Amino acid sequence: MTTNTSEQQAVPFWRDERYLQVIIQVVLVGAVVGFIYYLIHNLVTGLEASGQPLTLSFLKQTAQFDIGEKLIEYSRASTYARAFLVGLLNTIKVSFLGIILATILGIIIGVARLSNNWLINKLASIYVEFLRNIPLLVLLVFLAAGVFFKLPKVQHAVALGKIAFLTNRGVFVAWGEPTASWPFYVWALIIALFVALVVAVILIRQGRETGRMPLYWLWGTVAFLVVAAIGWIVITLATPQPPLRLSLPELAGRNFKGGTSWSPEFMALLLGLVIYTAAYIAEVVRAGIQSVSKGQREAAGALGLSGFQTMRLVVFPQALRVIVPPLTSQYLNLTKNSSLAIAVGYPDLFAVGGTIINQSGRAIEAISLTMMVYLTFSLITSLFMNWYNQRIRLVER
Amino acid sequence: MSEPVIICRDVHKWYGQFHALRGIDLEVDKGEVIVIFGPSGSGKSTFIRTINRLEEHQQGTIIVNGIELSHDVRNIAAIRKEVGMVFQQFNLFPHLAVMQNITLGPIQVRKWKKKKAEEIAMQLLERVGIPEQAEKYPGQLSGGQQQRVAIARALAMQPQIMLFDEPTSALDPEMIKEVLDVMVELAESGMTILAVTHEMGFARAVADRMLFMDAGSIVESGPPSQIFENPQEDRTKLFLSQILQH
Ligand SMILES: Nc1ncnc2c1ncn2[C@@H]1O[C@H](COP(=O)(O)OP(=O)(O)O)[C@@H](O)[C@H]1O
Ligand SMILES: [Mg+2]
Repeated sequence: MTTNTSEQQAVPFWRDERYLQVIIQVVLVGAVVGFIYYLIHNLVTGLEASGQPLTLSFLKQTAQFDIGEKLIEYSRASTYARAFLVGLLNTIKVSFLGIILATILGIIIGVARLSNNWLINKLASIYVEFLRNIPLLVLLVFLAAGVFFKLPKVQHAVALGKIAFLTNRGVFVAWGEPTASWPFYVWALIIALFVALVVAVILIRQGRETGRMPLYWLWGTVAFLVVAAIGWIVITLATPQPPLRLSLPELAGRNFKGGTSWSPEFMALLLGLVIYTAAYIAEVVRAGIQSVSKGQREAAGALGLSGFQTMRLVVFPQALRVIVPPLTSQYLNLTKNSSLAIAVGYPDLFAVGGTIINQSGRAIEAISLTMMVYLTFSLITSLFMNWYNQRIRLVER
Repeated sequence: MSEPVIICRDVHKWYGQFHALRGIDLEVDKGEVIVIFGPSGSGKSTFIRTINRLEEHQQGTIIVNGIELSHDVRNIAAIRKEVGMVFQQFNLFPHLAVMQNITLGPIQVRKWKKKKAEEIAMQLLERVGIPEQAEKYPGQLSGGQQQRVAIARALAMQPQIMLFDEPTSALDPEMIKEVLDVMVELAESGMTILAVTHEMGFARAVADRMLFMDAGSIVESGPPSQIFENPQEDRTKLFLSQILQH
């Protein structure tokens, strides 16, 4: 007969670990909530006393300042809310591109660090060591002041063929300019996307059945490109106008016309964030691949799997479990580090927020909004990565 | 008689300056069961790993199933299809379920249909006595069960030759027997086997020949009766007396 200890001899609750755990948590939560309440209460009463109660109504006022780069319509006559949105989109733009490019560069350098080739290996090591040992702010200022603003004047632009011109006003590159038939082509692209998805799903189904997963993303991409190309030809013949016209940058007076341009501020920030974060991602990738034991590779080799199959089916899926959590924090770092944009003059969320504070005097509200946005980014990224991590977790006893 | 399935002639291997294999000569006939034993560091693992090119030999000739091991990657791939290997540390793929561990090679290398591969995998799991574990992950199995899955995984490629490198050394004593039983059954079924092991009961029961290795060479070889009752070399006698005491 077994009887529960607590039934045998009653333990006073202050010594019972089950109660203690609950009590400690309740006390802790109470203390934290109380402290925060105290701070906010202080703040609100203080502001009310000074005749400036907390409010977001200032967001409706006209901004009265210009923003150099914008993805949406914006002018001096727009509201503060709109200005915030412009900054927010600029942050998203640089972070999104930055994450993609840093991941690609980081994987290449991480794999290069494991190369048996002495030269490749050493170059990758030097890259990582160098970039991990300089402050990002210094790197950004160097890239802005020392590189992109030091490019020649527009009149003496460095031409890369006819398609790109490097100047101190930005990089001007050839770009597709939408014509009257572009709206039709958007539909063609949607159809292409749909076809690509269908192809991928069919291939994945087939892979599940045969056990040998085809390169469905590759064939999906091929399908997309083929349909997009057919759509292009059909629309060009039918309308008769190609959906996009090639627009080359040309010197017109004191500036370039045509094509598209990336500002020196944007280039400096993006490049800085990418090469800096890539150094950390490279380390993450290297550690992940090295965490897979040699025995795993040997077992795969002994079965007759090729080097590529071993990498794709055995090493990489296992390395991913080690790579994903630190990779998440690198993505978050990049996004948060993009607020250093203010040092190079790129109008991101934080920089625009700063201007708004100067003009409206609404420091607490503007900073709170800014913090809330970064927090939201972080939470979304973390939630996604946690979900992904759960999915690929190893089953253990 | 037909050609031997493994021919090694004057095989040498160096790790940097260290001379790990010093001229190994060996011919193995189809269906032969060979047990290799000897002190730690004598080159046993290195030797059997040269047979499927997990280690590269630098001098001499190795011919497996009529294919010579050279730098030709096609030859290496061809030989690895015919040679199964079981490791001391099992080396199962932890991210794949038992069934997927076993079917990975047949599907990816032999290009079998999934259904066929799974049917054969199931038969093999029954043969090694754990059909009910097919859906589990390696991390959920005991050491003995893992090693039996590893044997099934190697057998699924339908190899001509099986290599075992101390398959029971990482196991708790009570699990050694379940793995040895599988190996004995395999030996009796006519599989060609090269096993590095110090399980002398296994050697006595099924080995056709035993090789005693020391310092990178085969010091003595012969049928178990000769090795156990009448060893010719002092080094063999000394080593046997040490391990048989326990
Ligand atoms: N990768 C390696 N690099 C350098 N020396 C090695 C390596 N692998 C094995 N050796 C050396 O080769 C010798 C033989 O090793 P091994 O074949 O593993 O011995 P055994 O399996 O008989 O215990 C040992 O002295 C070992 O230290
Ligand atoms: Mg060994």
